[in-house]
Amino acid sequence: MTDIAELYQSLIMDRSRKPRFAERLECFDAEAKGENPMCGDRIHLFLKRDGTQVRHDSHGCTIMTASADLMAEAVAHKTPTEYFVLRAAFEDMVNSGKPDPMLGNLNALSGVSEYRSRIRCAMLPWSALAQAVNQDEPKNG
Amino acid sequence: MSAAALTSMPFDIAQIRKDFPLLEQKVYGNNLVFLDSAASAQKPRAVIEAMVHVMEAQYANVHRGLHFMSEKTSDAYEAVRDKVAALLNATSREEIVFTRNATEAINLVAYSYGRSALRPGDAIVVSEMEHHANLVPWQMLRDAHGVELRVAKITDAGELDFESLQAQFADGRVKLLAVTHMSNVLGNYTPVERLAAFAHERGAKILLDGAQAVVHRRVDVQAIDADFYVFSGHKLYGPTGTGVLYAKAELLEAMPPFLGGGDMIASVSFAKSSWAKPPARFEAGTPAIIETIGLGAAIDYVRAIGFDAIAAHERRLTDHALNVLSNIEGLKILGQAEDRGGVISFVMKDAHAHDIATLLDRQGIAVRAGHHCAEPLIGRLGVTSTARASFGLYTLPEEIDALGVGLNRIKQVFGG
Repeated sequence: MTDIAELYQSLIMDRSRKPRFAERLECFDAEAKGENPMCGDRIHLFLKRDGTQVRHDSHGCTIMTASADLMAEAVAHKTPTEYFVLRAAFEDMVNSGKPDPMLGNLNALSGVSEYRSRIRCAMLPWSALAQAVNQDEPKNG
Repeated sequence: MSAAALTSMPFDIAQIRKDFPLLEQKVYGNNLVFLDSAASAQKPRAVIEAMVHVMEAQYANVHRGLHFMSEKTSDAYEAVRDKVAALLNATSREEIVFTRNATEAINLVAYSYGRSALRPGDAIVVSEMEHHANLVPWQMLRDAHGVELRVAKITDAGELDFESLQAQFADGRVKLLAVTHMSNVLGNYTPVERLAAFAHERGAKILLDGAQAVVHRRVDVQAIDADFYVFSGHKLYGPTGTGVLYAKAELLEAMPPFLGGGDMIASVSFAKSSWAKPPARFEAGTPAIIETIGLGAAIDYVRAIGFDAIAAHERRLTDHALNVLSNIEGLKILGQAEDRGGVISFVMKDAHAHDIATLLDRQGIAVRAGHHCAEPLIGRLGVTSTARASFGLYTLPEEIDALGVGLNRIKQVFGG
């Protein structure tokens, strides 16, 4: 099961079991819910503009939960413009399987490229983030 | 029970497996262990050859029989109607309508029967364990036509709750009971004879979704006293694009068409058209000729093996699987119904259904993961997603052992 170990490497297992950024924020500036209707994976994302914190409440598979947690870590203290740059790089990486130095810990998910049906699990938190940011835009003026 | 003790099947499983060419495929270097037949079954060579034969030797459009090939093709196509009538023990061949799948058959009933025989204020009852195919068409009818849609509960064991059913029928407004004959998630059969009698005593008709049941046991629509019975050909080892609606003749006679076009008319003028008699009234346009003839071959195939032998084989497989799975620590099987067939849904502590499916797939084992097009039921069971292993007449007990080994390996990966 070597290829399985490649996908479910320790960082992914760890972040899925003990996510560092899982929290339902009481106070937030924007939120978004993402759902994969094919499988029932669900994520509720909370966004705080001051300090640009992202928190998630994830109910789904290992890949989705770990992706949400690593995303929350990667985008902390970044601007929405930087989110979108990271998102594009992340999407390229999970499709190509080629790690990108810019993505840091997110590269742990590069093994997903071998599992076509799981790419959407990894992308779900990023779609929710884009939704939350778009919702937040008018407020930003 | 060990796999070896199960090999003395009352039919020749080795020969049966040779009939299904796809089962010889390798997946990631492993033998394919196909445990997803409830989603769609593999096809025997007899079906493949029947379809190739139509295209090579006797193809033309049907019901336009002014030449040899059309007559020959029409005969082959219409012969399948007799085969389906025999499969379900319908009173007559005119009670069999060909559709694209079970979903389309239910939509046909919801649209045609629902809008003509039901009145605003009438109620329809479904159960908590319906496939979306037997829920969404009734929601659409409710929204378009003003009927009420009610949901009868299931017990924690996954069986229909007759007390809840009685409560739903109490005000006498229910005109149709639409329920599954076998749950595609829990694998349990529903007591269809009792349900039909229950509905009829209260002045309601009954529609049975037989998409799963028809594959695993003999269905007798007369013995059940079903008003409507639907199934899909592709789960019955036949091609995709084939479905069947059985309805009692007097119901079909009174129903208006679902789709309009060629083949379903008696006469057409620019001002008005009149409808053909059933079943042609419900089969507008050129049908799935090649696929329907393939379905005929599938029916011949399963009937030659016999439903008694198929049911006995699958009963043993299911018992074996329940035994293997219940010995895996942290694995929970959903539903504990007594009368169940070869469809088993389960969840595992720590491992999400998706992760289970991906990790099994890499070992060549195909299972389904998700909500199985029964999202309300999955919610009722208190989970978001399940893994599902389902068996067919070609499934080996050794494949269930492989599933057990695979799941134990997953437990190791996720156990730490």
